Amino acid sequence: MAPEKLVKPIVNDLSIHVATVNGSGSQTANSVLLRAIFQMGIPVSGKNLFPSNIAGLPTWFTIRVSRDGYVARRRENDILVVMNPETAADDVAAIGPGGVIVLNEQIPAPPVPDDRVVYRVPMTKLMEPITTDVKLRRLVVNMIYVGVLAQLLGIAEDEIEKALDAQLGKKPRALELNHKAVRAGWEFASSSLPKRDPYHLERMTATTGKILIDGNSAAALGALFGGVEVVTWYPITPSSSLVETLIGYLDRYRRDAAGRATYAVVQAEDEIAAIGMVLGAGWAGARAMTSTSGPGISLMAEFAGYGYYAEIPGVIWDIQRIGPSTGLPTRTSQADLRFAHELSHGDTGHPVLLPSSVRDCYEFGMRAFDLAERLQTPVFVLSDLDLGMNMWMSDPFPYPEQPWDRGKVLGDDELARLKSFERYRDVDGDGIPYRTVPGLVHDPRGAYFTRGSGHDEAARYTESPEVYARNMDRLAKKLRTARSLVPPPVVEDDPAAEVGLIAFGSTHWAIIEARDQLRARGIATGYLLLKALPFTDHLERFVRRYRRIYVVEQNRDGQMAERVRIELPAEAARVRSVRHYTGMPIDARFVSDAILSQERDARPAAAPHPVTEGASR
Amino acid sequence: MSAAVPAGAPASGAGGKNRAGLTRADYDGSKTTLCPGCGHNAITAGIIQAAYESALDPARVAKLSGIGCSSKTPAYFLGHSHGFNAVHGRMPSIATGVRVANRELLLIGVSGDGDTASIGLGQFCHLVRRNVPVVYIVENNGVYGLTKGQFSATADIGSTTKAGRKNELMPIDLCAMAIELGCGFVARSFSGDQKQLRPLLKAAFAHRGTAVLDVISPCVTFADHEGSTKSYAAVKEHDAPLHDIDFVPYFEDIHVDYEPGTTREVDLPDGSRIVLKKLAADYDATSRDVAIQTLAEARREGRLVTGLLYVETDLPAFEDELRMTDTPLAQLTLDQVRPPRAVLDEIMEQLRTGKGLAAAAGGG
Repeated sequence: MAPEKLVKPIVNDLSIHVATVNGSGSQTANSVLLRAIFQMGIPVSGKNLFPSNIAGLPTWFTIRVSRDGYVARRRENDILVVMNPETAADDVAAIGPGGVIVLNEQIPAPPVPDDRVVYRVPMTKLMEPITTDVKLRRLVVNMIYVGVLAQLLGIAEDEIEKALDAQLGKKPRALELNHKAVRAGWEFASSSLPKRDPYHLERMTATTGKILIDGNSAAALGALFGGVEVVTWYPITPSSSLVETLIGYLDRYRRDAAGRATYAVVQAEDEIAAIGMVLGAGWAGARAMTSTSGPGISLMAEFAGYGYYAEIPGVIWDIQRIGPSTGLPTRTSQADLRFAHELSHGDTGHPVLLPSSVRDCYEFGMRAFDLAERLQTPVFVLSDLDLGMNMWMSDPFPYPEQPWDRGKVLGDDELARLKSFERYRDVDGDGIPYRTVPGLVHDPRGAYFTRGSGHDEAARYTESPEVYARNMDRLAKKLRTARSLVPPPVVEDDPAAEVGLIAFGSTHWAIIEARDQLRARGIATGYLLLKALPFTDHLERFVRRYRRIYVVEQNRDGQMAERVRIELPAEAARVRSVRHYTGMPIDARFVSDAILSQERDARPAAAPHPVTEGASR
Repeated sequence: MSAAVPAGAPASGAGGKNRAGLTRADYDGSKTTLCPGCGHNAITAGIIQAAYESALDPARVAKLSGIGCSSKTPAYFLGHSHGFNAVHGRMPSIATGVRVANRELLLIGVSGDGDTASIGLGQFCHLVRRNVPVVYIVENNGVYGLTKGQFSATADIGSTTKAGRKNELMPIDLCAMAIELGCGFVARSFSGDQKQLRPLLKAAFAHRGTAVLDVISPCVTFADHEGSTKSYAAVKEHDAPLHDIDFVPYFEDIHVDYEPGTTREVDLPDGSRIVLKKLAADYDATSRDVAIQTLAEARREGRLVTGLLYVETDLPAFEDELRMTDTPLAQLTLDQVRPPRAVLDEIMEQLRTGKGLAAAAGGG
């Protein structure tokens, strides 16, 4: 087939899927590709779909390029790089007609239908002149496909150089080797692989000034500029990188004149100890946080309730993943919502922040402290593996213009002006009492005894039924006060729409794209992006404005939909649920297909009918 | 100790006031709700007296506990200090958090044998391992009192419940464990021996690091019968003190000339001294090997050795290991903890260009 008979060029709209083996050094190669495309000004995102393994198991990296700026995962990929013999057959089978396959020639190729474009590359042979070191060959071979793809797609060579230099600039020998491998791939493609596919990259200006960052690093930056003082943690995927990045920043930027730390990081013996240390530090007046994932949240339950009842500030990040024990620890999820919000025995309710972007991770990294200290309670921040560990574009983060909010803390001066101090007295009518900090007050009236739920306004032990109920009511009032303090949702109304979408967290990016897909099919939508629990009054206004509401989320049970129905019982019948729970990040087509299918059944203005549940895969 | 009133304050004198200007009553707490005759009440009294004699500043003390009869007691002493009655077995993590937030606080932790040797054994071990400065008092009676007399993990083999059931499991010796874990201050005492307990408490207040005091404290309700190895009668019969103990605080410039060879002295970082007076045999409290061996022999022979089992005063405390600034973290101001705008600009530039970034986060 002559090249001019090709379908028309597809520019800046493609997904590259690299199938390789964990621990084989592909991460550098994929980062270089991602950065080079980013430097060309083209919107790009990268998702690492990795196994729970250090070396040897299959792993995939997907780079999505989208001139329209879509960054959610796409279900289908256009270009496949086959580096792993074990998964080659399945990987190739997943590529549709017109797709492109870059095949490491040493891998026995499964049968490929004629309407796919295959580029065979003798990668091992190309590596031979570059180094004699077998181990290095295995690591650097990934750079061959970088060179091949760059040449085929039209990634400017100097951008590859720049990206490579940024990654390896401090290791001249590695830089040189990798550079040679890229060059070998490039030259091979240019001499031996005539272009037979329609995919092209062309420079844009859509990423000018932007940064590339993962959500965990953004959260770490938020904590750094939020003035974190005590960080406790127990290693767990996918949360560890948050604290490890934070340790790096603290080490560099948080030292006194004598070079000593203005912070403490404690690797705890388990997550029970991690939250215990946070509460101890919060009680004693420090800004304290911990970061974990679902299993850690489970262990923290008793202390979370204690923090709620004893009214101690603390910040707990939950980078959500799937399952207890070995249940897919490297797959993403939004299924801790219900559990985290009510974590503990007894009646509880914790403020939960729901970052949907790396910018939110940064902002909430700071704001969670203010909220925890203002409300004197543990605050949870629910990120997830997709947001936390993958690379996202963002405008640069702004420097915080506001001072920190330490909440209602009394010092000796304030105590001297008061007739009496009672730790749990609701003086202001907002449910939030005043507190003192041990060691920071010398007035003996400032001392109090902290315990769980059985105390009166003056923090004295009591088992009085009236006093207990009164305290419970005040705590409920405090959570109502939280509604006016948590970050409000982002609302995009469409007066012409009958359908309103509600989502939170990383689901947001699939919603943006799904709304465009739905619009193209004649369905206009309004959109409410939730940023926190408890709900603000935006929710009710939004739900009342639309005939049908779809709550889209990444868990099996529709946990947010359930909360919306509980919040607005009169509207419950109009609240439908779309749920994605495979462990893969949600994609836009899944959302639009599910809504289209439910809309087909929808009978406008009909009497309330049973809520139909969204399709699931 | 940092929590004591600085030198130069008036010495104890008129009206029963100590050098902090406080009376003994100023160190009282609320009335005890434990059973009459409970060993814990005697320990509470010992803490009050020791705090008074050491002239602790109540505003710089924090009291911590877990759950159990013993853990109720911080309400009964030092009513002018902040207190934190935590969840079961987790006082060590609270203590660690409090200490890193404010390195100037003297932490007095009270726990029991159930709270420490069972549900809280992990946290106890890690507290000791980190050498977090806490005076960690275990009020050890071998039973769960609040839940009515079940064996705890420190119950001796052969000891019986009130109903006559025998414990056949190996007891956990918290002192031996603490020594193994590198603790720099390990003592065992008896609630009925105030003469020994009080100087131990005062020395523990002055120690910089975790100080473990395992105080045998008979439960009058569930473990004071014949057959219990932690009854008043059994403890009195088997108590074998290693030495007589005097504590000389840094602010008392007292020099007593002891007969050569009859005492051993231990200097504490704040200038206080522990004087150990030889009893039957000489005991070297600075030897870990001697301590371990002594405990093992005593167990074989059914003796309860009490006294300062092991002391090592110059171990780095947790805040040294963390290389923390001198100012308590809780007192830092915003400009000390929020890096300037230029730092954010620098990081944003790294994230824009990919240059100078820390290593990418790994998977797995």
